[in-house]
Amino acid sequence: MTPRANAVLLMLIAVGALAVGTTGFVTHAPNRLVTGISIPLWRAAEPQAGAIAAMGATLLATAFLPARGWAARLALIAASALMLLSLDAAGAAARTLALGAPEAARTLLGPAFWILLLCAALSILDALQRLEARAAARLGVVTGLAALVAALIFTGRLDQISLAREFAGRRDAFVSEFVRHCALVAGTLGPALLIGVPLGLLAARRPRSRAPLYAVLNGVQTVPSIALFGLLVGPLAALASAVPFFAAVGVHGVGPAPALIALVLYALLPVARNTEAGLRQVDPAAVEAAFAMGMSHSQVFWQVELPLGLPVFLAGVRVVTVQTIGLVAVAALVGAGGLGTFVFQGIGQYAVDLVLIGAVPTILLALAADFLLSILIERLGR
Amino acid sequence: MIEIEGVTRIEGGRPIVDRVTFSVAAGQFCALVGSSGAGKSTTLKMINRMVAKSAGTIRIGGADVSTLDPQSLRRRIGYVIQSIGLFPHWTVAENIATVPRLLGWDKARIRARVDELIDLVRLDRDHAGRYPHLLSGGQQQRVGVARALAADPDLLLMDEPFGALDPITREALADELALIHHRTGKTILFVTHDLDMALRLADRIAIMDGGRLIQFAPPIEILEAPANAFVRDLVGRSALGLKLLAIRRVGDRVRPGLAAAGEPLASSASLADALSEMVVRRTDRLPVADSGGAILLSDIVA
Repeated sequence: MTPRANAVLLMLIAVGALAVGTTGFVTHAPNRLVTGISIPLWRAAEPQAGAIAAMGATLLATAFLPARGWAARLALIAASALMLLSLDAAGAAARTLALGAPEAARTLLGPAFWILLLCAALSILDALQRLEARAAARLGVVTGLAALVAALIFTGRLDQISLAREFAGRRDAFVSEFVRHCALVAGTLGPALLIGVPLGLLAARRPRSRAPLYAVLNGVQTVPSIALFGLLVGPLAALASAVPFFAAVGVHGVGPAPALIALVLYALLPVARNTEAGLRQVDPAAVEAAFAMGMSHSQVFWQVELPLGLPVFLAGVRVVTVQTIGLVAVAALVGAGGLGTFVFQGIGQYAVDLVLIGAVPTILLALAADFLLSILIERLGR
Repeated sequence: MIEIEGVTRIEGGRPIVDRVTFSVAAGQFCALVGSSGAGKSTTLKMINRMVAKSAGTIRIGGADVSTLDPQSLRRRIGYVIQSIGLFPHWTVAENIATVPRLLGWDKARIRARVDELIDLVRLDRDHAGRYPHLLSGGQQQRVGVARALAADPDLLLMDEPFGALDPITREALADELALIHHRTGKTILFVTHDLDMALRLADRIAIMDGGRLIQFAPPIEILEAPANAFVRDLVGRSALGLKLLAIRRVGDRVRPGLAAAGEPLASSASLADALSEMVVRRTDRLPVADSGGAILLSDIVA
């Protein structure tokens, strides 16, 4: 009996191999403004290229083995190695190319690198899925990988990559914008929950309130984020100049005020919807029984409706958190700060690495929030 | 125990329950029978104030329920519903402990009571730590009954409790409910659309139609003297004799001093049981336990 091959893994390996074979792994340019020459993997970092090929072959072999058990574990190890090797290869290539090159010369990451990294990450997810890994195991794998990547970074092996050099000059700015980004996310989620949860409760308890409530909240969602940020600038500027109190507490036409207002407005729909959905999917028989047993309204809410509705509600929080982390990046346009600042600076200067300094941490932050909340929901769901 | 007097519930200008009056003595098993929309569930729910009444009085042990705090009233009344309504996030033991916990019993007392009830409804003690979705429908409703009995209420309200179960499970649970009633002496109000179930379990049957109480009588009277055409229809002419046999007891037809061979029947057995035994044993007489007598085939039809 031959087990069926793992089609997902085969596809990922094919895409990865094609990318490595046809596109550049790194690009070397004499300075950050000109387009450089692209260098394929096998010439950029020979020893790592061999190891990457070996890991690719191992991964390929596991695709034909039975999907569960040790084959998936082997695939997990091979894919993790592939991810770390890709990073190391890029770092090594940059170090080699930097030798004897002028200070302004840059080694940028090429398409083959990014695609290989993505394919490795997806292979890891595929292996975890096939192992039906529990929350604790998934958390362990991800933390372990993050620690190894951190080790590569802190031992200086990636220092010569253009992205790292760009970062090195902006370390302080990065830290402060990162903190600001997180603060804006927290500053959005807090009010969004404080307002959205009661609205969801209202919608669940009073069916007639649903139509007007969702008409308004859906209406907000249809306004493009950039437009909403822009639309708030005028009124807030007028408000700040008319009422000195607002100006004194930091409300201005630009800055965090319009950003927070717009972000909270966007977050309200998913929060309210999932609060309502969470409450409404609670078995009405359980609620009837709870009342008939002599529970008070608040006991029914805290002991029956809340715990039974929580997973659906948290799924909403998960969506809102990921959405807000992404939208905060756009809020840099109205001067709110955050990681989006680097993205817009990079676009302005035509510096891809600067864009990446803003974009990559934003993506990682969103993925981390999504991952942690999914684990929380899974734990509660049991 | 319960006195229901002129109780009415009006919804949308129409009476759902219309001036219903009857009373159930302590320890009695009363069945409310009728087709859907007859107002029997609504009548039941007005007793524990899950539904408000528009007029009339309901007294439990002499106290008007509308003067009592609904929460403490409900904690004193067991309630079982067709859809069971177990709390899916609580174990079987936690479900059963709902009312004792609300009443603030201490842990040891709750644990002892939960064990006692698990035995009473004949669940396995291994089930105590499981979550409801791991149990069969019949087992879930056993938990439902145990939960309703947890704080030892004098009164148990049951709204089509076995309606969603398969026929075999339903029969088994009905037998056990009869046993539990016998053993605990609770007053039970039992809503059903199944007259046979009512005939089998109840000492009093209230037949409702269109919100009105049509007849309130012991089972035998319902069969022998139906109040009107509706009740006669409900009873049905077919198999009426068999229904009567199922209600009448062997003890009432014993001939003292008459001897018969074989395994004796219990005097609480129904005449239907006696007839069945005679057919199986190919005899026209059976001894009756503890009566010093026997029952004859001719006495069954007499």
